[in-house]
Amino acid sequence: MKSLKLIVGGVIAATAALSTVAMAGDTVDSIKKKGYVQCGVNTALTGFSAPTSEGKWEGLDVELCQAIAAAILGDKTKTKYTPLTAAQRFTALQSKEVDVLTRNTTWTLSRDTKVGLNFVGVNFYDGQGFMVAKESGIDSAEGLDGATVCIEPGTTTELNLADYFRSKGMSFEPVVIESATEAVQTFFSGRCDVYTTDASGLASYRQTASNPDDFVVLPDIISKEPLGPAVRHGDEQFADIVRWTHIAMLEAEEKGITSANVDAVRKDSKDPSIQRMLGTTEGMGEALGLSEDWAYNIIKQVGNYGESYDRNVKAKLGLERGLNALWTNGGLMYPAPIR
Amino acid sequence: MNNVTMKPPGQSGALYWIRENLFSSKLNTVISAICIYLLVKFTIAVVDWGILNAVFAADSTACKAASGACWGIISEKYQLIVFGTYPRDEQWRPLVAMVWFVGLIGCSLHRSFWKLWLIPLWTGSLIGLGVLMWGGVLGLSYVENTQWGGLPLTLLLAVVGTVAAFPLGILLALGRQSELPLIRIWCVAFIELVRGVPLISVLFMASVMFPLFLPEGVTIDKLLRAQVGIILFTAAYLAEVFRGGLQALPKGQYEAASAMGLTYWQTMRVVIMPQALRIVIPPTVNSFISTFKDTSLVLIIGLFDLLATAKVAITDPSWRAFYVEAYIFVAAIYFVFCYSMASYANNLETDLRKGEQH
Repeated sequence: MKSLKLIVGGVIAATAALSTVAMAGDTVDSIKKKGYVQCGVNTALTGFSAPTSEGKWEGLDVELCQAIAAAILGDKTKTKYTPLTAAQRFTALQSKEVDVLTRNTTWTLSRDTKVGLNFVGVNFYDGQGFMVAKESGIDSAEGLDGATVCIEPGTTTELNLADYFRSKGMSFEPVVIESATEAVQTFFSGRCDVYTTDASGLASYRQTASNPDDFVVLPDIISKEPLGPAVRHGDEQFADIVRWTHIAMLEAEEKGITSANVDAVRKDSKDPSIQRMLGTTEGMGEALGLSEDWAYNIIKQVGNYGESYDRNVKAKLGLERGLNALWTNGGLMYPAPIR
Repeated sequence: MNNVTMKPPGQSGALYWIRENLFSSKLNTVISAICIYLLVKFTIAVVDWGILNAVFAADSTACKAASGACWGIISEKYQLIVFGTYPRDEQWRPLVAMVWFVGLIGCSLHRSFWKLWLIPLWTGSLIGLGVLMWGGVLGLSYVENTQWGGLPLTLLLAVVGTVAAFPLGILLALGRQSELPLIRIWCVAFIELVRGVPLISVLFMASVMFPLFLPEGVTIDKLLRAQVGIILFTAAYLAEVFRGGLQALPKGQYEAASAMGLTYWQTMRVVIMPQALRIVIPPTVNSFISTFKDTSLVLIIGLFDLLATAKVAITDPSWRAFYVEAYIFVAAIYFVFCYSMASYANNLETDLRKGEQH
């Protein structure tokens, strides 16, 4: 995989060298002209973006893409999806093959600068966690000293694991298995005490056990993986639209506005902040260069963040809100004021 | 039936064959017994797992409870695996396209069809298939090619890859033998360069590096880039196959042709190529089989070929535990195609050898 890394490194350097400053507003104009938003999505990650048995794209990231289409074009169905692998995703955005990456990409400093991306928010806070068999009686990562751990090689997961155990002065015995599916099966068969990967992955893998209740995901999270949408450098207007689309979904949840009650709220609400968001009081849409009902369209057609989360991440992966709850519920989701 | 061989009584029939071939000595008897035991044991286990204890309904809870295979994943996901993300209501289109495509290939492989009108037939068919797959005319809704996937995509990449690489391969092979040094150097350089790198890096270049060199605002379709990559790769290999055919011909054939005053192109068209191509049919089919299987590498650039759609199908948490069944399903499809091609090559070889036996 070293050569692959070199190639990717080269590509990133070339991308940075070639990335030209787009004219502000370019992307929005081209989206309006072609009549759809082209989103880069994961090739298959259940809960985030994956085709269903019917071949339709579904997931939290897919719905963010639909919300962007609802905000700009007033119709959430005007989207097209380009499935991208991890290696392809940045080139695809740079070469304008896609308008926006809604592909569970971790926000890091080098990607935000050298790679030429603008991360405009975090729509899912992930982090590396542990899963153990229930009968082991372990209820915290502190109790894992000397454990055998099933991991996949060459990932940041492996490095994070080593860092964590070293910092705690504990030891572990790695069992390295090439593919995630096999690693999980090996763990279920009892070959290892612990399986580790991102928390969202742990939750979904746990569901595949013949009896999921035999296994528990420990509450400890040992790394930060803020996943969010990214756009190209240099188009501030489009970056703003994607950022505020995400914020509008959060704000709607905070104010208790859902796709079901948005019509009634728009008609009756006396709350000035809701009136501003839904366009009863004009000005916000104009500031973004959109129509005044941009946020109304997002909420009416896609729903608020909580609805989207429950429909995708919770229903399909059985993952509770945790860090992704609103700040009012002890989570990290804190929408900036729409005014 | 003139050459019937008569055998002494008691030396024919199934029992005789078994005695003679399986139990002719003590050691043979022991080995045969062990093999038969293992075979029976294996068959029972497979039948047990694959049929008797298997679940065929698309019900993942029933699957988890069962001890056998879960073919329910196929009942649930076969449309996704075979057709990818092509809109479900329109899936008859890739189905018709596939049948047409396979029929066309079947015809083209039969000797009685090796006529010049095969070229317009192919051109017409490719246009027809394009209309069917893309739509947008004749009342068919438009389906862009990012939604294509599964078996049609695999067939498309492999067949178009080989068919387009065929003339290119011939030209490269001729160029490599050319007496004009510049042409020869170019052809040798191309062939050796492409053969010197794995297909996966060609695809990677086509999908990740190439777009960076295009002018601002120009994007070339991902499928097209991969297809061109496969064509160039296959052409380099076919060129070497054809060179083998050219070198197998006795020098006298070239000399006789020039003695008759034929020009270079006439020589190639009427004397050399018909003979050379006949010799290389088996390795060409072989190269086609390997191209067919190599197309599964496009999953690294996010195209949903048959193998990639199977991988997508097993990311669904309720079905993830049954990946073995999904892979068996895909392997069976690959086997049907590859085995038919291999048998065809064998038949053709026997067929062509008849001419040499006089």
